[in-house]
Amino acid sequence: MEVPILMVDGFWITSIQEALHDQSVLDFQQKLLSKLKQPQTRGLVIDLTALDLVDSFVTKALLELCKLAKLMGIQVIVTGMNPAVAITLVEMGLDLRGIDTALDLQRGLDKLRNCEER
Amino acid sequence: MGELKIRIENEYDIVSARQAARELARQLGFGAVDQVRIATAVSELVRNVVLYAGHGLMSVQPLKSNGRTGIEVIVEDDGPGIGDCELALSDGYSTSGGLGAGLPGAKRLMDFFDLDTVQGKGTRILARKWLK
Repeated sequence: MEVPILMVDGFWITSIQEALHDQSVLDFQQKLLSKLKQPQTRGLVIDLTALDLVDSFVTKALLELCKLAKLMGIQVIVTGMNPAVAITLVEMGLDLRGIDTALDLQRGLDKLRNCEER
Repeated sequence: MGELKIRIENEYDIVSARQAARELARQLGFGAVDQVRIATAVSELVRNVVLYAGHGLMSVQPLKSNGRTGIEVIVEDDGPGIGDCELALSDGYSTSGGLGAGLPGAKRLMDFFDLDTVQGKGTRILARKWLK
């Protein structure tokens, strides 16, 4: 299934609704990068509210995406990570410092707007 | 609730394997966080089979011992085996460009973890988690 990527006021918003297999994670990552290069882009929110599992493969894809977007001058915020997923990632010992997060979509968008004002 | 086996042939089986493990964990009474721990560990172990061995087998079954309930996961392949287990179980080491978190991460998420590997013959990982 294709994950929809929508734009509101220059902010790309996408929400992963179901488990993605590895190739679709990579395709999704590429698709997001191609969206980000559009000139009207102000930021990206990736919402994980509906995802009940994030493993090291998805984490790596998110980390890479955040790093690449940063080089392009675009901020990415990951929102809605479910507590069980957060606990699992921390216990696994993953270094998540490259990923900027917010509790939910609203806070994610607020964070992107605030970053622009600074 | 009996033993369930899933053949690992390609990356699509990573999702099926972890969903099967999660469903059994749920049926056994594991809570939401433990279900995610178990499914994530399976995801990492099965991905290693796809990446390094190409194909293999995952089996998951309920455990009963001294009044305790648990879940046992076995992931095995007849791939090249792991050269240096200590290194493979250390954080950040990967030969496939990954984060090097799969094997050590899966070990941390489970209560018992046994890695048996013979170079040129294959790898068998047995992991258990007990209901608390």
